[in-house]
Amino acid sequence: MSTNGVERKRIRLTVNGAPVEREVEARLLLSDFLRHELGLTGTHVGCEHGVCGACTVLVDGEPARSCLMFAIQADGHIVETVEGLAASDDALHPLQRAFWEKHGLQCGYCTPGMLMVLKAFLAENPNPTEGEVREAISGNLCRCTGYQNIVEAALEAARLLRQHS
Amino acid sequence: MPTRIFGEPIKRAEDPRLLTGRGRFVDDIDLPGQLHVAFLRSPHAHARARSIDASAARAMDGVVAVWTYADIGPCQRRMPLLIPHPDLTHPYTRFALARDEVNHVGEPVVMVIAESRYLAEDALEAIVVDWEELPPVVDIEAAVRPDAPLVHEELGTNVAAHYVGIVGDPDRAFAAAAHVFRERLVIERSASMPIEPRAVLASWDDTSGVLHVWDTTQAPIVIRNALAALFGLAPTQVHVVAPDVGGGFGGKIMVYPEEVLVPYAALALRRPVKWTEDRFEHFVGTNHERLQIHDAEIAVDTEGRILGVRDRFLHDAGAYTPYGIIVPIITACQLPGPYKVANYHVEFRAVYSNTVPVSPYRGAGRPHACFVMERLMDRVADELGLDRAEVRQRNFIQPDEFPYDVGLIFQDGAPTRYDSGNYPAMLDRLLQEMDYHRLASEELPRLRAEGRYVGLGIACYVEGTGIGPYEGAHVRVEPTGHVYVATGMPQQGQAHRTVLAQIVAEELQVPVETVHVIEGDTAHFEFGSGTYASRSAVVAGSAVSLAARSVREQGLRLAAEELEVDPADLLVEDGRVFVRGAPERGFTWAQLAQLANPLRYAYAGDLAVRPRPWSGPALPPGRQPALEATEYYSPPHATWASGAVGAVIEVDPATGLLQFHRLWVVHDCGKVINPMVVEGQIHGGIAQGIGGAFYERLHYDQNGQLLNASFMDFLIPTAMEIPRIEVSHIETPSPLNPLGVKGVGEAGAIPLPALVAAAVEDALRPFQVHVTHMPLSPDELLRLIHREA
Repeated sequence: MSTNGVERKRIRLTVNGAPVEREVEARLLLSDFLRHELGLTGTHVGCEHGVCGACTVLVDGEPARSCLMFAIQADGHIVETVEGLAASDDALHPLQRAFWEKHGLQCGYCTPGMLMVLKAFLAENPNPTEGEVREAISGNLCRCTGYQNIVEAALEAARLLRQHS
Repeated sequence: MPTRIFGEPIKRAEDPRLLTGRGRFVDDIDLPGQLHVAFLRSPHAHARARSIDASAARAMDGVVAVWTYADIGPCQRRMPLLIPHPDLTHPYTRFALARDEVNHVGEPVVMVIAESRYLAEDALEAIVVDWEELPPVVDIEAAVRPDAPLVHEELGTNVAAHYVGIVGDPDRAFAAAAHVFRERLVIERSASMPIEPRAVLASWDDTSGVLHVWDTTQAPIVIRNALAALFGLAPTQVHVVAPDVGGGFGGKIMVYPEEVLVPYAALALRRPVKWTEDRFEHFVGTNHERLQIHDAEIAVDTEGRILGVRDRFLHDAGAYTPYGIIVPIITACQLPGPYKVANYHVEFRAVYSNTVPVSPYRGAGRPHACFVMERLMDRVADELGLDRAEVRQRNFIQPDEFPYDVGLIFQDGAPTRYDSGNYPAMLDRLLQEMDYHRLASEELPRLRAEGRYVGLGIACYVEGTGIGPYEGAHVRVEPTGHVYVATGMPQQGQAHRTVLAQIVAEELQVPVETVHVIEGDTAHFEFGSGTYASRSAVVAGSAVSLAARSVREQGLRLAAEELEVDPADLLVEDGRVFVRGAPERGFTWAQLAQLANPLRYAYAGDLAVRPRPWSGPALPPGRQPALEATEYYSPPHATWASGAVGAVIEVDPATGLLQFHRLWVVHDCGKVINPMVVEGQIHGGIAQGIGGAFYERLHYDQNGQLLNASFMDFLIPTAMEIPRIEVSHIETPSPLNPLGVKGVGEAGAIPLPALVAAAVEDALRPFQVHVTHMPLSPDELLRLIHREA
């Protein structure tokens, strides 16, 4: 369907475990959909051309740049954002705990993208080397930390996750 | 025993929100009925708009307004010249929307306001501008020639400022010198590039008559004052908040066109209005920094002792000078660095070009200064056959020579006077951490014998931090026991909420979690200038400390009165004020706050204050109903941090790529409030310094087009490019402020170009490469290797 010549489409997807159904413009970016339609503003937008990685979410468990996807491309898929990472307010995810402990963030703008990339990465590689962590986050720009404490945090999170499993 | 909180690596209060996606950055805030802005920006570096036809755009569905210069009411006046200077004889600022002439690609020309950002961008496509192109000025060396086309015709020159600073008798020093070495040194254009672009949201509240503005600024009070002046509102009618800000690094301190136009639209249209910069706009619409071309020379005696330095440089000001000549002034004043330069001549011209305006980016003129001075020191060492560390040791200002006057007036109008430091110990510590002599005599020769191109570099620097004019703070103990702290300082990731809370918690001996710091909100604190120049911990931190001390005194006085003891017999520990030797006789801070406040009503059953016999007014003269204080701190002049860095770098002569084997930092920022936060600041600065040494350069072509205005082409280093950074501290407290602290924000960014130049040159000695240009790049390294091989 179409209004003002802009095509609209009804989509159904799962976001952080909850079903979502909305009618959206076909050209609406997934990042804008999450942030401004669903109010999930933890996903940040840094470049809108797929380089900085701040907008990274998981789509069916895989990291994806939500600024390079239309919302309608997420139709029928499972999307996870930073808001879904902690089980509850007092139960931070091991990645979040490790970032807090190791000072893995300063302004916090790139952080959600880093967390989501690392969530997928540590699921695949639970016992990574420092070099592997650096490579895993090499698609995410951080302008504040110099990465060192992010790497420390990722290694610490890996340790915590291994303890849990 | 009092609990030590100041100096501890306390985890940040900011983090839980930011880690769970509950941060609030400006673009995260959506208001009901909000409109969206997109700007048509100049595609030309230098042009005049003969006509603008926006009729088709205005007729589009969802478009509320399309404004050109003619439509912007009070915003028609020129943007402010924020920092005048007597030597800035030809200042020039822009109009918020170009009146007729544009002077750089990206200059805002038309403002579209629509129901969504998508519709606003659609409308941009429908606007037709008839441009008359004018000759662009891009090359600043060409721009100072007499026949050069002019950026601003009416100024009659491209030279915005000509500054000369002379200390001692440089001509005599050079005439008497055993050796004089000259270098032409260039440091290229770069920019802050925070990952969060800029954004402004504004809303007029008709009920209270207040204009609310959320802005990604480093200086909300400055924006509040500028908007009040512009719109003829009382300052209290303008409320500016810098909420969570996703990095600033200098680029977000300004009064930008968008920062006045968006609030004006909210006033004029009586609807909330939001603009969020996209990354391309950020590249061409947010200020840049760095390009300077230096002709420097150093005069030394036969032992490599400095007799004098002369430096003449061109500074690229970009198209306008809204921030004055702060950047080149800092370069001029800081160029001598940690060395005794008794005879010094420095001279610069700030030159207009048809490029994005230049204002401070982390380092703010200091990386340039450090690059020049350290290249000269390396040259002296190499020419005289001395060790590079030894030449530095011979020339350091000694620990007993502080305060040390460089002899020039610094950026804040105060003397360039180093307050304290211990440069010989700092370098000794670095050499020890590096195992410098073993590296130089064993490790590197061994690697070189394997055919590897490895090099060793060191660089030293000073950093003028914590400048005025002043900052203030309000501290209050609440009857609940919470401590409220407000400052005028916003933050962009520097952990103010944690470190300022540590200062208060230490003073009052309360748990740091009970101290709530509110900042960046003009409703909470109205005086101050903002976060820049590595000054927050020094200036706001000192104000917080003074206010907390005053509250502590108030608490002691009140407790002494109530307990009928001498205040000197009281202790402040464990969140309580009590009698020495009789800890049961005392009060918690919550109880003291309640005692201070003779309430009529009991809100809770456990009030400390019971009805008492009449003895006069409930609040005797001189008493206030709260334990609270507002204090200001105004530094006499900057406090000078310092550091020394060292690296082993390997160059691959086949690819031109480089790799850090090790990278060491010894840093002195006086007393450390939170070592974890300080190290984080150093890491981040180093990463930006590495960017500026090898990856990040903004390329303008001769037409003034920015060729690499995207993250695909402008290379911010990733985790693959930044090595592990080994930080150690020495501590020479500042005698200037109550905390003994110095700033650290820019530290890491300063010495990296100098360091990389030194190490790369050392690695490529077989090719006799001489590094005079920053940043390097694989191409540049290959060119150097092959030209000089």
